[in-house]
Amino acid sequence: FSLETHLLPRKNLVAPPARYGGRHTVTLIPGDGIGPELAKHVCELFRFCCVPVDFEVVNVDSTKTSEDDINNAIMAIRRNGVALKGNIETNHNLPPSHKSRNSLLRTTLDLYASVMHSQSLPGVRTHHRNIDIITIRENTEGEYSSLEHESVPGVVECLKIITRTKSLRIADYAFRTAREKGRRRVTAIHKANIMSLGDGLFLECCKEVASGYPEITFNSMIVDNTTMQLVSRPQQFDVMVMPNLYGNVVSNVCAGLVGGPGLVPGANYGENYAVFETGTRNTGKSIANRNTANPTAMLLASCLLLDHLKLHGYASMIRKAILSTITDSQVRFDQCYMQFVGGIQLLLLRPALYFDITLNMSSPLCSSCTLLIWEVRAPHLKWSSPSWMQSRAVDLAHRDTRNQMTVRLHLSL
Amino acid sequence: MAAHSAVLSASKIMNPFWVGRLGNTAKVFGTTLIRHRNKTSLTPPPAKYGGRHTVTLIPGDGIGPELLNHVREVFRFTCVPVDFEMVNVNSALETDDDMNNAITAIRRNGVALKGNIETKHTLPASVKSRNNVLRTSLDLYANVMHCQSLPGVQTRHKNIDIVIIRENTEGEYSSLEHESVSGVVESLKIITRNNSIRIADYAFKLARERGRRRVTAVHKANIMKLGDGLFLQCCREVASGYPDITFDSMIVDNTTMQLVSKPQQFDVMVMPNLYGNVVSNVCAGLVGGPGLVPGANYGRDYAVFETATRNTGKSIAEKNIANPTAMLLASCLMLDHLNLNDYASLIRNAVLTTMNETRLHTADLGGQGTTSEVVQSVMRVIQSKGQFTAEL
Repeated sequence: FSLETHLLPRKNLVAPPARYGGRHTVTLIPGDGIGPELAKHVCELFRFCCVPVDFEVVNVDSTKTSEDDINNAIMAIRRNGVALKGNIETNHNLPPSHKSRNSLLRTTLDLYASVMHSQSLPGVRTHHRNIDIITIRENTEGEYSSLEHESVPGVVECLKIITRTKSLRIADYAFRTAREKGRRRVTAIHKANIMSLGDGLFLECCKEVASGYPEITFNSMIVDNTTMQLVSRPQQFDVMVMPNLYGNVVSNVCAGLVGGPGLVPGANYGENYAVFETGTRNTGKSIANRNTANPTAMLLASCLLLDHLKLHGYASMIRKAILSTITDSQVRFDQCYMQFVGGIQLLLLRPALYFDITLNMSSPLCSSCTLLIWEVRAPHLKWSSPSWMQSRAVDLAHRDTRNQMTVRLHLSL
Repeated sequence: MAAHSAVLSASKIMNPFWVGRLGNTAKVFGTTLIRHRNKTSLTPPPAKYGGRHTVTLIPGDGIGPELLNHVREVFRFTCVPVDFEMVNVNSALETDDDMNNAITAIRRNGVALKGNIETKHTLPASVKSRNNVLRTSLDLYANVMHCQSLPGVQTRHKNIDIVIIRENTEGEYSSLEHESVSGVVESLKIITRNNSIRIADYAFKLARERGRRRVTAVHKANIMKLGDGLFLQCCREVASGYPDITFDSMIVDNTTMQLVSKPQQFDVMVMPNLYGNVVSNVCAGLVGGPGLVPGANYGRDYAVFETATRNTGKSIAEKNIANPTAMLLASCLMLDHLNLNDYASLIRNAVLTTMNETRLHTADLGGQGTTSEVVQSVMRVIQSKGQFTAEL
């Protein structure tokens, strides 16, 4: 193990070199379903906040059987080093030789760690509170090797591959992440009572790595017990590391516990590349193009992207705005970072819903208002009242006792 | 249909060309050839002498022995005409003798009630999980678990009523692993057409019998296209023969997410082995924990009953805090299987009354009761029903 340390990847990657004139270039893969519209919102948001990131959009057509599209995407990611992607649909009707495009991307770029941080958000009502779990899932091997064959007709064998190198690598990543984030405990999830060689190897590797991190407690749990504990008492878990399939199930359970697939972002890290997406990788075909998808997961994923590019100022600004929108649907003027000049300038975070705006009528700007006319302006971008928004006039006749007035503005896109 | 497959299997076995090729499936057809009975899983076994059934009892490890003692106590008290033949399996030994004795006993009696046998991680990998060996040798292909919200138990989700049918013999639990290159382990997950059709057929038959409207197949066919694709295809084929039952499918990660947010949407679920393990544990957690849900393993000729989540419970062994509900309800399922329905409903009602009305809960449900208190309460309820019972 110690012989390989110099080969293990450095966690704090230097920001990738696709940075010209102070602006980063990031590959954007819209994907299918709700991916394109959410990617569009991310672009709009970045534009609005003047984030120095340019997106290179690469479309991957999931209906084609040729691998050119995905190879272009991979090349673009190799060039830029970072990507933001939506989920690419895997058509069941195509033959089995047609591999899952997402899986292909992950294995070719060797994005070995999928990290998902599930946190209970204060404004979201769930059955459980105070959940704070980081799930680290091996992303390239395990059950997702896509190695299957039918030697005898009617009998299919799927191979699940567990290797020592990759298990050591993911365990090391998990412990390093735990140490950096000040976490106290790492739990390995396995099914070594049944798959004693495979998951036994994984567990052994985790134990080896754990011995090098004495301040972090290490324990292990069988996957069925884990899922049962997750549903009854999820607060006991801190950092969890596991092979591919269990990671899939456990991270989806965690996502369900904190409020659903629309809230949790996910990140796939490799030695040289990083790809960000929603945590549960849903295409969301049934809600595509209806303006009802929850953009939070994708927006938080873009914050993770900004953190990775070391643009922490922008990342925390956007994250704060998102969290305050979720927790508190009233957007107060002092929290907007565009100045109140003549018209109201809002940060559009939740399309097609309403915003409750609280106006403090004692402020000099509002006291004499009888009518509130609003429209969205962005002078620095040289547009106002864009075609996708309507401006309306609202009558300010009703005031409450605290001299505040809450106005509900319906935004339609 | 069973006769047809028996004939088919006979010809396959006789043909020497197939003998080496079929491997695992040969064992399956072997048992049907030896027993020329066309039984469905509902025919009770014939081991009935003097009106009393004999049932194999395997205590297992951890909380198994004490819970099964309680079951025997309750049966004695209620004068249930069942005798237990106890077979101990020592999990620490490497030899298979104990296990073979147990399997022979179950073959003899046809029905068993068991606790979970621990799988020691320290023994070499060639020692297979004993529970697994039992399930595959007896070809107990269907694991049925019925998760219901009990009114007396406080849970976050209400009105859950899910029947989970899990393929019990193949899938990821084939115990076929090898390390061809050092540091690289390959585990084989086997999905066969025959077993998939068999389990799908079982699921739909059960759904029809219990008047269920929908069967959901849980899979991961976007990644394991051949394997889970075959499973899904078999389910669809069988579904076409049951037009009154709706069939849909869902990917396992989406399923688990839906289960924790909206479990009321599920009715009957059928799935391969590993997903079944995870999903059944999630459902058990949703309705109140491992101490509440009984599980049954059905094969063509045998039936073995146990707790659904198969926990050994080593940490709470011998402390009188284990929840006996799961094991008692499992024994009720066994009585139902033996066609002793009156006794089954008597004991079941007593257990549910204790759970819901008297609210005597053990520590895992947040109560203060001990195992023996719960069992005593159950027996008192049985006595109060006016049945002929032994002394308390």
